[in-house]
Amino acid sequence: MEISKAETSSVIKSSSGSSPLAKSKSDVDQSGQELRGAEILIKALQAENVKYIWGYPGGAVLHIYDAFFKQKTIQHVLVRHEQAAVHAADGYARATGDVGVALVTSGPGLTNAVTGIATAYMDSIPMVIISGQVPTHMIGMDAFQECDAVGITRPVVKHNFLVKDARDLALTLKKAFHIARSGRPGPVVVDIPKDVSFKKVPYHGYPETVEMRSYNPVRKGHAGQIRKALQLLMAAKRPYIYTGGGVLLSNATAELRQLVDMLGYPCTNTLMGLGAYPASDRKFLGMLGMHGTYEANNAMQNCDVLLAIGARFDDRVIGNPKHFAQNERKIIHVDIDPSSISKRVKVDVPIVGDVKDVLVEMIAMIKENSFKPDADALGSWWNTIEEWRGINCLKYDHGTNDVIKPQYVVETLWGMTKDADAYITSDVGQHQMWAAQYYRFDEPRRWINSGGLGTMGVGIPYAMGIKLAKPESEVFCITGEGSVQMCIQELSTCLQYNTPIKIVSLNNRYLGMVRQWQELEYEGRYSHSYMDALPNFVKLAEAYGHVGMLIERAQDVEPALREARKLKDRTVFMDFRTDPTENVFPMVTAGKGISEMLLSSKDL
Amino acid sequence: MKHIIAVLLENEPGALSRVVGLFSARGYNIESLTVAPTEDPSLSRMTIQTTGSEEVIEQITKHLNRLIEVVKVVDLTEGAYTERELMMVKVRAVGKEREEMKRMADIFRGRIIDVTEKSYTIELTGDQSKNDAFLDAIERGAILETVRTGSCGIGRGERILRV
Repeated sequence: MEISKAETSSVIKSSSGSSPLAKSKSDVDQSGQELRGAEILIKALQAENVKYIWGYPGGAVLHIYDAFFKQKTIQHVLVRHEQAAVHAADGYARATGDVGVALVTSGPGLTNAVTGIATAYMDSIPMVIISGQVPTHMIGMDAFQECDAVGITRPVVKHNFLVKDARDLALTLKKAFHIARSGRPGPVVVDIPKDVSFKKVPYHGYPETVEMRSYNPVRKGHAGQIRKALQLLMAAKRPYIYTGGGVLLSNATAELRQLVDMLGYPCTNTLMGLGAYPASDRKFLGMLGMHGTYEANNAMQNCDVLLAIGARFDDRVIGNPKHFAQNERKIIHVDIDPSSISKRVKVDVPIVGDVKDVLVEMIAMIKENSFKPDADALGSWWNTIEEWRGINCLKYDHGTNDVIKPQYVVETLWGMTKDADAYITSDVGQHQMWAAQYYRFDEPRRWINSGGLGTMGVGIPYAMGIKLAKPESEVFCITGEGSVQMCIQELSTCLQYNTPIKIVSLNNRYLGMVRQWQELEYEGRYSHSYMDALPNFVKLAEAYGHVGMLIERAQDVEPALREARKLKDRTVFMDFRTDPTENVFPMVTAGKGISEMLLSSKDL
Repeated sequence: MKHIIAVLLENEPGALSRVVGLFSARGYNIESLTVAPTEDPSLSRMTIQTTGSEEVIEQITKHLNRLIEVVKVVDLTEGAYTERELMMVKVRAVGKEREEMKRMADIFRGRIIDVTEKSYTIELTGDQSKNDAFLDAIERGAILETVRTGSCGIGRGERILRV
């Protein structure tokens, strides 16, 4: 699938929606020639520079699939389950920053997509999901494969539309893309009844701009608030910069790095924000939160001025809010969504705006006023931090050669690929935390996981979506034998579309995170967390046409990874049999404060 | 504490359910909710009466503003405002009660809008506390049926909510 330079460059990507959308091929049709709804949809996707769409056909979208058959610029990827279509488009969006697009049919197609939509919603990922609907005259009649798509998805979308008239399609799609990518991004569902996609109506081209009196997200932060924030930051004795996924969504990594380097302040990233500040830099204290590092969490608890950027004080990040509030500190919060501010903790200086715009303004103001931090205080703050860091909270017992420690697999992978600019996806559970702790991300958008919703099964579809977008890059999916089985059917899609990914399965024969909680909080009553009757993953991979590997000894970890990487054109499933008793540490158990960490099983 | 929030939103199908869905999904209270188109038929105006701490009310207004179809949100209780609710009460009115009910309706500046041999239907407008007071003032057993619109509110004087 090739997209000519002329076509791609003709589209100006708009992040605010205020900039004009490009002259697209659709302009040829401004004479008002008659097109079917499905054809208008294709024109809209082309005008939005959509290159890939993940989907699954069905009755209500047959006209749309027919229109896809007749065009060549958009590649459709046939998944094996609608959930994976949305996850793959979501992974694509996370890695590239573009809007991810998925297409599903009515009824079960849409309900299967809901998990994917909710996953994208919780992590604010720009997506447009097109769903088929039964013909307009049959809506509400309990028709075959009918469901109230707009009603079902309402709580898990940024917005959704039911298009009842083909003449509204172009404008509705324009709005959908605009809403999805502007402000705090999020998924938008466009539900298209079958008769609407079939009907021929005059087409006057894809709108270049869209005006919505009810939707005008702010970009610029309030200058007075930014000044106030800087005064607090400069007077700080124990400053701390805490950043989340918003920095990546706003593509503000360079600005963040510049700010942190100018100030020399310690910085932490949330699970969603890893890669915003390079993990290899000394100013980076590691991830914070329930499984954050000792130094990152202690700095959070003990700082006197906290600059939160594009983060939302999630319960997994600050632990018990009452404990967090015990230490007095001033909080500055930069976020594009006012409802994220003062939601879980009271904020002293709120700054509503796009992270990038606000950081640019901050940096300029620091330079203008030649603001200087308090060097003495900062020095002693760093000394305290270095003491915490000295504890080396991520050290672990490497055990004997007969047992593979999961941390060791991740560390080895990182060691081998740190200069390879690899993309790492994960599923949800212990392996996700080990990946976040032991793979040190230096660049943004390389760590792709479901942080907010915590959706098991995203790993393979994410990797699939990314591999399509970045065919030259290595894409690894760090997963577990529990999660991987939730979307394992997509191994079939990987073969069909030649998206060779490397699956690093940390197989401990347990739903590890559940088992860990049962060990810690339920006195070892391992209720239904043991995965009995696991498949032979090597044979399974082979049955799907891929390469399977079984790795049972520590000494075989590195050779296996090396061999898998050599098989550039093949999807490889590496079944690492890891220590079933291993737990993720540090850990803040339920109800505890962020600095009340268990550092190892000795603390139990 | 009681708050009356006025919302201007696009008069589109589904807009109401987004507002209601927001309240139920986030566990906010709705004491009453009224909605109808304005002089501009493309816009609806909604009045929501709710209760909650200052923090909760702040979150409610922020989340309302976040809905794509919402154009403007004002917490009327932050300033001077007027609140009205229409209530219709069907009461038993037999024998001596007929005179008594008529007198009560007059005291509360209500109007009798339907009469049968055994009942009156009384229309009252006022803020909710006045309508509550009327229900408290008449004998509970005499009330056959009550219907209330819920509050609608408007700012006093120069406080104007429009696009």
